[in-house]
Amino acid sequence: MTKSRTHYLNVNHTVGSWLFTVDHKRIGLMYLGTILFFFLLGGIAAVLFRVELMTPGSTLMESETYNRLFTMHGITMIFFFLVPSIPAVLGNFLLPIMLGAKDLAFPKLNLASWYVFTIGGLLGLGSIIFGGVDTGWTFYTPYSSTYANSQVILAALGIFIAGFASIMTGLNFIVTIHKMRAPGLTWFRLPLFVWAHYATSIIIILGTPVIAITILLVAIERIFQVGIFDPALGGDPVLFQHLFWFYSHPAVYIMILPGMGVISEIIACFSRKRIFGYKVVAMSSLAIAILGFFVWGHHMFVSSQSMYAGMVFSILSFLVAIPSAIKVFNWTATLYGGSIKLDTPMLYALGFIGLFTIGGLTGLFLATMAINIHVHDTYFVVAHFHYVMVGGMVMAFFGGLHFWWPKMTGRHFSEMLGRITAVVIFIGFNLTFFPQFIVGYLGMPRRYHIYPEEFQIFHVLSTAGAAVLAVGYLLMAAYLFHSLILGKRSSRNPWKAIGLEWTIPSPPPTENFIDTPVVDYEAYDYSLERAYEDDEEDHS
Amino acid sequence: MSHDASHPAHLAHHFDSPEQQNQSSSLGMWLFLAQEVMFFGGLFVAYAVYRFKYADAFAVASGHLSLFWGAVNTVVLICSSLTMALAVRCGQLGDKRGIIRYVVATMILASVFLGIKGLEYAHKYEDQLVPGPQFEYVPDFDSYSVPVTAETADPNFAGHVQLFYSFYFVMTGLHALHMVIGLGLMVWLIVKAAKNHFSSEYYTPVEMTGLYWHFVDIVWIFLFPLVYLVWRH
Ligand SMILES: [Cu+2]
Repeated sequence: MTKSRTHYLNVNHTVGSWLFTVDHKRIGLMYLGTILFFFLLGGIAAVLFRVELMTPGSTLMESETYNRLFTMHGITMIFFFLVPSIPAVLGNFLLPIMLGAKDLAFPKLNLASWYVFTIGGLLGLGSIIFGGVDTGWTFYTPYSSTYANSQVILAALGIFIAGFASIMTGLNFIVTIHKMRAPGLTWFRLPLFVWAHYATSIIIILGTPVIAITILLVAIERIFQVGIFDPALGGDPVLFQHLFWFYSHPAVYIMILPGMGVISEIIACFSRKRIFGYKVVAMSSLAIAILGFFVWGHHMFVSSQSMYAGMVFSILSFLVAIPSAIKVFNWTATLYGGSIKLDTPMLYALGFIGLFTIGGLTGLFLATMAINIHVHDTYFVVAHFHYVMVGGMVMAFFGGLHFWWPKMTGRHFSEMLGRITAVVIFIGFNLTFFPQFIVGYLGMPRRYHIYPEEFQIFHVLSTAGAAVLAVGYLLMAAYLFHSLILGKRSSRNPWKAIGLEWTIPSPPPTENFIDTPVVDYEAYDYSLERAYEDDEEDHS
Repeated sequence: MSHDASHPAHLAHHFDSPEQQNQSSSLGMWLFLAQEVMFFGGLFVAYAVYRFKYADAFAVASGHLSLFWGAVNTVVLICSSLTMALAVRCGQLGDKRGIIRYVVATMILASVFLGIKGLEYAHKYEDQLVPGPQFEYVPDFDSYSVPVTAETADPNFAGHVQLFYSFYFVMTGLHALHMVIGLGLMVWLIVKAAKNHFSSEYYTPVEMTGLYWHFVDIVWIFLFPLVYLVWRH
């Protein structure tokens, strides 16, 4: 290798150059480090309670500890890992590049969002260190506002503050997509990754403020001992549930839509085809964003909600299946007749399609009022949720991380280890969560660690699966870390993909593009020559 | 984009033109305000639910607020929106002195508003109407013309009155917090204006602070009837 080129990573090595950077690529990496820390934390909690669940009795811990562990798992995974995962890491890194821009519209706001997120995260961490929270991630009142004897205030403030970080990111994305597209890059030439982030940002802007005020009201109620949801004063705890789910259902789409964007990029590249029905897939993201705001009542079929409201929410929830199914069918149609290559990112993408489909279809069971009553608050819900969030979003996140790893780091990971790990994670995931569908249907309630003996076999399978999953994640951490130091250097377009990010060097220079690119081709136009040209020459 | 003479100092390096930069700031501000609408919207929904449930209690509780001072504050705040709009006009004309003059006027009006609000809070504190353990309210069916209805006769009537005051303090408190943030922004504007950062080509911060301030004003326009006028059918 000749003398190395200046890029965003080696332009400056001081700690200050990272802490005060306004480069969206560096901020993306800072987010990556932060959210992986919370992923580890949430994972450790999961391992601990999965071990406890291997026996029907109380073996390792008491109920108090168990409650704190599953709450810690839920809060860290949802608010401090899943919500920021793809947008704040891959979105931050890629969005400006995909648009042909030098940075996001508001680079300082972007840096501020990382600080705000980190402060929120530290408060969340504080709530764990000072004893944990025992309300579950849903903070239902009046338990959370009046009775819970744990660190509710710290956790609530942490989530409140981290929420503003996502609002900052979402606002930045929308403005950047509207105002900073390169010449020729019309709306329907945008990569679907960008469309997905646009839809996600709309939900973030309109939904997050509502959870912010709701969780703030809970904190105020606890701090000043005023009654807002307190039934003793005539307050209405169900009102909390309405406000909470008004955000927290759309939040599911904050967590899955960016993943769908990643999958579209990967599927197109590894089947060498334009995404089938590009415009419909783009519009289905917006449809999910809009419909998602009108289905929250499906969490409250048994919370004294009127039967007629329940029926409306049930029908609207079914409607969400349409745009979701459009995506799945169109990805499958893209695969049809494509020249498919099963590289690591593609394995994650195919895993996503299968697992998300199972997660989505079981969502229809839950939206059916009569079935909902049978499986409400059981492991069936837990399994459904994890098929969408882990089988969907986490798979997409790691698929995307592998896909753009050479771009972000300039290095290749071991392709063979990558493929093996993807398979290990797929097997571990299914072993962990599929038995939960069955045991939930048989009547195992969520959030209990003492259960009838006939359920033990399912819990043992689940814990065994979690162990396989943990091995997969650790293996991935090992080879990715290894690649940073010893990985083969990557060319600018190792996957021979179409997209502006593949036209600039790996890793990219700080300003991304020396000259603003002009886009005169459609997204995913794999008939283009440039997708196949050899570009090993650009290491200067 | 090279930094030649056509590249003014206020243009950040990642934008191609001042128009692009100005439009981005403006869209960003509107998105921020959309976010604020949802933030206060959540509160207003919660308020509306309880107001619907406990209409009489909310009417009685609202009757203890000072309509006079509430109305005075409404006028003060609307005037501050006018002075803020005039500051933006001075920005368009490139009149730096005018910007400072009208921003200072806006700050004075904002301080008057906050002062009156503080006095009202103090009054409620003396009357033990601040929600919490020390809250005390005994319905005086004679002097306050509290109607005797099924609802006012409810043993938990005082609890419902307390609910009103919880919302009164949270809603007006968050509104006041937004005003304090606005005051901070105005100090920043004055510093920038004094340093000659603004011209008729570039006064985006004045414009954006103006948008923010009008939003704060509009929130009050909703708050005033919701908390001060609910008892006047
Ligand atoms: Cu939902």
